[in-house]
Amino acid sequence: MIFPARALIAEDEPLLRQALEQALARAWPQLEIVASVGDGLSAVREALALQPDVLFFDIRMPGQSGLEAAAELADAWPDPGQGGTPFPALVLVTAYDQYAVQAFEAQAMDYVLKPVQPARLQMTVQRLQRLLARRAAIPPAAAPQHMERTLAQLRQLLQVPATPAPPALRLAVIQAGAGAHIALVPVDEVLYFEAADKYVRVLTAGHEYLIRTPLKELSAQLDPEQFWQIHRSTLVRASAIRAALRDESGRLQLQLRGRTEQLSVSRLYAHRFKAM
Amino acid sequence: MTHPPLLAHFNARTFALHGLCTAVLCCLIALTLQTVGQGGWDAQLVYSLAVGLISWLVIDLGRLLLARHQAVAWPSGWRGPVLVLAGIAAGALLGGAIGRRYRGDAQPFSLGRALTSPDGLTTLALTAAISIAMCLVLFHRGKAQELQRAMVQSQRDAAEARLKLLEAQLEPHMVFNTLANLRVLIASDAPRAEAMLDHFIAYLRATLDGSRAPQHALRTEYARLADYLALMAVRMGARLRYQLELPEALAGAAVPALLLQPLVENAIRHGLEPQIAGGEIVVRARATQDGRQLLLEVLDNGAGLAAEPPDIAAVPGQRHFGLEQVRERLLTLYGSQAQLSLQARAEGGTRCSVILPLQTGSTP
Repeated sequence: MIFPARALIAEDEPLLRQALEQALARAWPQLEIVASVGDGLSAVREALALQPDVLFFDIRMPGQSGLEAAAELADAWPDPGQGGTPFPALVLVTAYDQYAVQAFEAQAMDYVLKPVQPARLQMTVQRLQRLLARRAAIPPAAAPQHMERTLAQLRQLLQVPATPAPPALRLAVIQAGAGAHIALVPVDEVLYFEAADKYVRVLTAGHEYLIRTPLKELSAQLDPEQFWQIHRSTLVRASAIRAALRDESGRLQLQLRGRTEQLSVSRLYAHRFKAM
Repeated sequence: MTHPPLLAHFNARTFALHGLCTAVLCCLIALTLQTVGQGGWDAQLVYSLAVGLISWLVIDLGRLLLARHQAVAWPSGWRGPVLVLAGIAAGALLGGAIGRRYRGDAQPFSLGRALTSPDGLTTLALTAAISIAMCLVLFHRGKAQELQRAMVQSQRDAAEARLKLLEAQLEPHMVFNTLANLRVLIASDAPRAEAMLDHFIAYLRATLDGSRAPQHALRTEYARLADYLALMAVRMGARLRYQLELPEALAGAAVPALLLQPLVENAIRHGLEPQIAGGEIVVRARATQDGRQLLLEVLDNGAGLAAEPPDIAAVPGQRHFGLEQVRERLLTLYGSQAQLSLQARAEGGTRCSVILPLQTGSTP
């Protein structure tokens, strides 16, 4: 059975965008391309607005990468368990990324290599058609399971670093510039780190400092058991978390010991918070 | 820090070989002493072997123990000679005692007699000769092994560096994306496909030609940049704009071949690609005021130095490889007379500048 479906393409090179549209038109004539965009930010915006069934995301894109766009989209997607549309099937597109391709294989992630080979694309299309057919047949209550699988794949692919720094190379003290002097903040006192534009905010029980080291670089130098990633812009000290609460929209919020503000947990990392 | 095992350099075969050599040497000495008429042959043999083997054991085991932290299996500094002296002393005392015992000489050892009697002096000379010979052999063998290890390692490093260089010059991602674009153009716009293919051929020829001249004229360098930028312009569409500015007076100046290309690639990859709107690249050449230096600049109005796109395909340490490679080439060719610098531009984006000695002449 051939399925009518709706797709969104995100690819920054105009000719390649056109090529993928043409190749898909041949391989899957019933597929309607509802939008083609050229960057990672438009990809999220358009996908939320149009709610397609299939996403073709290029990995290297301006604005944000295809993986980051997918993660942001997964976070903002309306809850499929409460009658929302199921999360789209994701296909990643890349020209040559040996490491990325290895990672996709390991996560059983659908991907297409550029230049697009018709035979290979045909296989992907058949798999997508089977997936959509299966999804149409199951009750909506099972939809969250599908989303959970995509989340797990994205979590693995976005995991930074793949191998955490050995204890000897871990950061013990944060050096934060504060006007004319440098404040030395023991990592043991830090409750959470939060990326904000060009800086990273370092929060202790009583103070806030700003540093320029990107969060990714920082997280590579911290003990992953001690600091948990709960959002792409937040690393929190696990032992400082007092409680995780679900708000009315179904989102998890963390209350901390020593701070009054709440931190929101991205859907990507919500799996950490389950009752034992 | 991890501690190496006590006898890190120990190898049973070489150890046995050393022992055998010592034993043979001792037998030869016993034979010599016997022919010049110094006592019975059996007593000489026991004497020689006892002295020689004990010296060797002390020195060979001692050096392995003392040199376990070092690359060369011979103790560094004063430890070496001290070890040799200790070996000689042990051989002379212990081995001498065993020898005398065998001969039935019940007299206890006395230092005075050992240093004055012809018998004692022979023992001492014998021990010293064996020990020093053994040490020289051990020392040179250890050194030769270490040299060989170092040579293999440096060959491996060189191969690794060549591979990295090739990868930096011919990034697979760029190649496959270009081919993907060509594939589209062949069907939709054949003349444009042909033009793109020509640029790609010129680019590949320039990049892969191992026999290319180490230097060429700035005019040629600009032509290669034009090929590369034309390829990128097809791929990026309106997101890439560029200007190549070359004063006629400098067109013949000699520059290292493909010096600027990694800098332009960097500007596109780290400056323009992360920006949704793309940007503009300007390549400029001018002579310094005294006319002795050439200033080359690659300017972009892209994302700037701080913003690095997170990239799961990035290999750690490879990100600035292109830049490092240019810096190293300049250093090799011009020493302190050339420099490469990377600065943030006040208006946004990055300025990469190269200063090198201006050599105008008849460069092809």
